[in-house]
Amino acid sequence: MIAEFGLAALWLAAALAALQFLAGSLGFTVRGGALGSVVRPAAMVQGVLALTAFAALIVLFCRTDLSVKLVAMNSHSAKPFIYKLAGTWGNHEGSMLLWVTVMGLAGAFVAAVERRLPEPTMLATLAGQAFVSLGFYAFLLFSSNPFERLDPVPAEGQGLNPLLQDIGLAFHPPTLYLGYVGLSIAFSFAIGALITREVGPAFARAMRPWVLGAWIFLTIGITAGSYWAYYELGWGGWWFWDPVENASLMPWLAATALLHSASVLAARNALRVWTVMLGVVAFSMSMVGTFLVRSGILTSVHAFAVDPERGTFILALLAINIGGALTLFALRAASVTEGERFAVVSREGALVFNNVMLSAILGIVLFGTLYPLLAEALGAKVSVGPPYFNPMSALFAVPMLLVMAVGPLLRWRRDSFARIRASLAIPAALTMLAAIGLAIRVQIGVLPFLGLALAIGLAVASLLPLKGCDFRRTPLPVWGMVIAHLGIAVALFGMASESAFTVEKLVAARVGETTPVGPWNVKLVGIEPVAGPNWTALEGEMHASYRGGAPATIHPQARFFWAPPQQTSESALLTRWNGQLYVVLGEETGDGRWQLRLWWKPFAPLIWLGGLLIGLGGVLALLGRVASDLRRIVARGKIAYRRQRQGR
Amino acid sequence: MKRLLLLVMLMLAAPIAAQDTMPPAPYAYRQLDDPAKEARAQALMETLRCLRCQSQSIADSDAPMAGDMRSQVRERIAAGEDPEAIRAWLVERYGDYVSYAPRVTALTWPLFALPVVLLLLAAVLLRRRFGGAEAGENGA
Repeated sequence: MIAEFGLAALWLAAALAALQFLAGSLGFTVRGGALGSVVRPAAMVQGVLALTAFAALIVLFCRTDLSVKLVAMNSHSAKPFIYKLAGTWGNHEGSMLLWVTVMGLAGAFVAAVERRLPEPTMLATLAGQAFVSLGFYAFLLFSSNPFERLDPVPAEGQGLNPLLQDIGLAFHPPTLYLGYVGLSIAFSFAIGALITREVGPAFARAMRPWVLGAWIFLTIGITAGSYWAYYELGWGGWWFWDPVENASLMPWLAATALLHSASVLAARNALRVWTVMLGVVAFSMSMVGTFLVRSGILTSVHAFAVDPERGTFILALLAINIGGALTLFALRAASVTEGERFAVVSREGALVFNNVMLSAILGIVLFGTLYPLLAEALGAKVSVGPPYFNPMSALFAVPMLLVMAVGPLLRWRRDSFARIRASLAIPAALTMLAAIGLAIRVQIGVLPFLGLALAIGLAVASLLPLKGCDFRRTPLPVWGMVIAHLGIAVALFGMASESAFTVEKLVAARVGETTPVGPWNVKLVGIEPVAGPNWTALEGEMHASYRGGAPATIHPQARFFWAPPQQTSESALLTRWNGQLYVVLGEETGDGRWQLRLWWKPFAPLIWLGGLLIGLGGVLALLGRVASDLRRIVARGKIAYRRQRQGR
Repeated sequence: MKRLLLLVMLMLAAPIAAQDTMPPAPYAYRQLDDPAKEARAQALMETLRCLRCQSQSIADSDAPMAGDMRSQVRERIAAGEDPEAIRAWLVERYGDYVSYAPRVTALTWPLFALPVVLLLLAAVLLRRRFGGAEAGENGA
């Protein structure tokens, strides 16, 4: 019953999206004016209905209703409750339902609160949002129905991939999806602005909180995903330029560029065309990412060709949405002027330069991710991995980081280096000192070397905009910028340090033996069997002591899940301020020894700490923007009230 | 000499090891004693694809085949072979797919042309943006 109820809600939501699209497209013409009033309510009800459908699926998963095919395929009655719940989106259909739900809710929220833009632009925007949603509703209803029943009802479900049975699953996909799909609002705003030729500061200000919000979720989602892969996969890797990872990085790069160019448009009425273009590109990257992950094309181009229904569907959606938006852009771009001019050496100049660099990195990641698919279609298999992506993206990232250190110190419109030369002396000197020190003391690769030296200078430079400021009166968005830029420096330092200084030790140890790894001594004290709700495990007890200090006890596990049968390793982590000890328990060898893998990763946690700082910076900026928007609304209300009283 | 002896021992040991329930290859989970050589092996392993996994290098996979390949890489490095020679040998055996570092070939040259194109494009974009800036300033 719940399944049918959910399916009905989904159909109704799709019908409302169709109504919203039609009424919106007709409503901003003169003759259809009356229809326009339907659009906002339709958007809100559509959001609620999509949420209802998603809630129905959650209930089905929590109850492990095995008469529903999706539940039977992906869940199991013996799974802990949290994974039953999170299992709702741990599969194809559920995650696509989450996608349309977030899209519907975002549209509903915009319809409810956004009043700054001219009404025709809003109608075009909401119509655009409904059009994109409609495609994804069709995808769900016609080729990925999450509520399909199964007859006969199986006695037990097939279970969830044990690698996914981690608290990470509860947070990582929803966070990332909020980011991906939040960008759809920027996309729709760009469409609305292009159709009604209203590309200006008001458009940028309306769009900016949405871009910021989506970008925060993307940042946190990518950071959390990276940490999850790091501790769950058991080999200490945190980023591999894997297509799935790239799929999340590409929207982030585009959104980062969009965020900065929208700031220029909002503050200075410049970069109009470029901002609209990025608005289209950012969500297009979300859709490309979804296509890559959801179509099965990554496993093999041939697997995609054998069962092409879903892939073709998403590909068609991609072609219609991105192709349509780019066509509209091409038609209108000529009539949108670039806006205010500015000098090379100016805040805008630095932002434009870094926008171009971010776009170039995006180009590298996109092409490098798609090329193996292209090559396979041509009949040859190639792999593109870290040896390609690292240096090629560094080619553009290094100049970008340099400009990032300088940009926030420059004034808008026109400035000179002579004015800021003195403030830049300290970070520049620190970078030089670090470079010299590293060159003399250690032998490391070119990229980690550049990363460490640049990170130190950048960290100091990122704080300079606060110099001489009264901290209580510094606007929140400035704090946000400073903290986000500092986060980049912190993450960069962690990445470079992890890559340059990690110590690895693989040993076969007997109980009682001590293994040195870097500054640590790790003693294997014992191995005990333990049991969880749907697994059994061998758990090692180890005493880890840092430079001969008091030992801390850690418990790495080798887990054996029975539904589905699979073995995973639960690594044990020990974090200090200057790094992380990472221990994995492997298999028993024939002669009573245990395979152990140990790593000492100096400053590795800074990678994720930096990611969190970047996200925190976004949160502060968003709070600042929303607060000033609210103040403006309240002030406007007061003026209107006063006028009314005077009029009487 | 010592290296040669080790190799002979390894060759003798391998078939014996294969007789019972196929334990992992000798150097699948064991590092080389010489840290410099181990570092070289590690750097190479990180850029070789585990052919039985989805997007993992042989340096971070539990798959038996990845273990075998790690062992082969370490043994060849221990025998003094050049990492790029080992890569070439593996590419010859398994195809280009095994290496995450694409070679420049008739098929892959666009990958390497792209950064150049992007650099040029960036230069043109920035030039067009700022080229007229001075004139604009004068006019304003």
